[in-house]
Amino acid sequence: MNSPEINIKSFGVHSILIEWPNEVKEHILETILRFESFLRSDPLTDKDWEMVPSYNSLLLINRKKSIDFNSISKDINTWYNQLEDTAKPARYLWRLPVSYDLEFGLDLQEVSEKLNKSIPEIIAMHTATHYTVYGIGFLPGFMYLGGLIKELEVPRKVTPRSKVVKGAVGIAGKQAGIYPQESPGGWNIIGNCSVPIFDATKENPCFVNVGDKIEFYAISRAEHNLHKIEAEVGIYKPEKIKIDA
Amino acid sequence: MLKVLKAGFYTSVQDSGRFNYRNKGVPVSGVMDEMSVFKVNSLLENDSSSAVLEITMTGPTLVFEEETYMALGGAKMLATLNNLPIQNYKVYQIEVGDILSFGRLVKGFRSYLGVKGGFTPKVILGSRSYYKPITKESRLREGDFVPYTYHKLFQPKISEIKVASFLDDTILEVSKGPEFELLNDKQLEEIFSRSFTVAHENNRMAYQIKETISPHEISMLTSATLPGTVQLTPSGKLIVLMKDGQTTGGYPRIIQLTDRAIYILAQKREGNQISFKLCIRLV
Repeated sequence: MNSPEINIKSFGVHSILIEWPNEVKEHILETILRFESFLRSDPLTDKDWEMVPSYNSLLLINRKKSIDFNSISKDINTWYNQLEDTAKPARYLWRLPVSYDLEFGLDLQEVSEKLNKSIPEIIAMHTATHYTVYGIGFLPGFMYLGGLIKELEVPRKVTPRSKVVKGAVGIAGKQAGIYPQESPGGWNIIGNCSVPIFDATKENPCFVNVGDKIEFYAISRAEHNLHKIEAEVGIYKPEKIKIDA
Repeated sequence: MLKVLKAGFYTSVQDSGRFNYRNKGVPVSGVMDEMSVFKVNSLLENDSSSAVLEITMTGPTLVFEEETYMALGGAKMLATLNNLPIQNYKVYQIEVGDILSFGRLVKGFRSYLGVKGGFTPKVILGSRSYYKPITKESRLREGDFVPYTYHKLFQPKISEIKVASFLDDTILEVSKGPEFELLNDKQLEEIFSRSFTVAHENNRMAYQIKETISPHEISMLTSATLPGTVQLTPSGKLIVLMKDGQTTGGYPRIIQLTDRAIYILAQKREGNQISFKLCIRLV
């Protein structure tokens, strides 16, 4: 048993926070997700429990009952020690099409100048990585993606835009992401993804889960428009590959 | 249907909230002041999760197009039914064409309108609560219709209740948040020894506090937040997340409001005074 150590904290009367070491590491995220899946499958099957994983933490929320911190933190330690044998939750690599046309890549030119790289080089680097989804928050369906190539790190815009369109693909510092709906935002916009990441009309409104991977691939503007129509009528299915961890 | 003749400042349909989608970034939403709504729904003998109208600051003008029974609660807004004054926490029988309007805000900030059986707009992801873009709109507009079910035969067991008002309360009880221990003595003193003013930036997502406390350089990874979580920005600004608040955040979560403190704050507006009190039984 050599899972990373956990720290359990009280967080209001309905919640309890489990923290792992303060690092962005794949193996920490994987432990968190295995533990979440273990809790769901055995000790905390009750639908009143909600679980929110992110980077190095897992929040357990009970919407109905108040939590007895001492007794549940004891239980959590016991359960964590039983973790080793449990199966890993299914994880997927999602391949998402991005149009890097200048109509969508509003900041491509600026990023190209700042990084002293050509636009094709930027596209090649952005599409070369498998990004890890370390969290979903800020907006419904907004993914915190880790794994941006170091050469693509560029500071967020000095003046944020009051309106960034739905599907905008952005980079800022070490972070990469997609705006799931129109919102204000300060990231550098380099393209647009035609696949809706969040759709409230679906039973599962967001196909991506924390722990999944994302790969971007470049498409033309014409293909982008086609995918957009397919998505609107509900026939477009994003490509997914099961990851054998 | 309930027809909206005038929209007022900000009126939306809210129920007990949208659960089980926080791991996809969906806020809980739901009524800001659960206590007042609990009483309104109890009077109407509704399920406690029945949807109500949450009416903020300046009320709408509404026409009932079906018979029902209604009750108001929460903020005091000098409401009238067909131009006759009505009071909070009392059941009124409604005829077709009755007009409900709201006058001056006297006390509190959010008033609640319940009808027998609750309002029944479409359930999306387990809730009727308005939250854009989960729902098409974030609030009611002139000419909108809000559905509810016709009710003719209802004899309320209790037609009126006297409510111990918390609208004048200013002390918000809190427990320690996950990053509480990272605060220094000066910041602790600043938080718990003075009163604060609700800033202009206050809405269903968050209440900002006008006064700042000492800045910090604490850095943390993005982690889950809750309604009632008080975040401290690097420049020393306090932000209290509310029902439509984001589900994760990267600012230190220094303290956490109790459920009661959330509904006390939900009735505050710009310029109102509040103070935080660390609740010993929760420590």
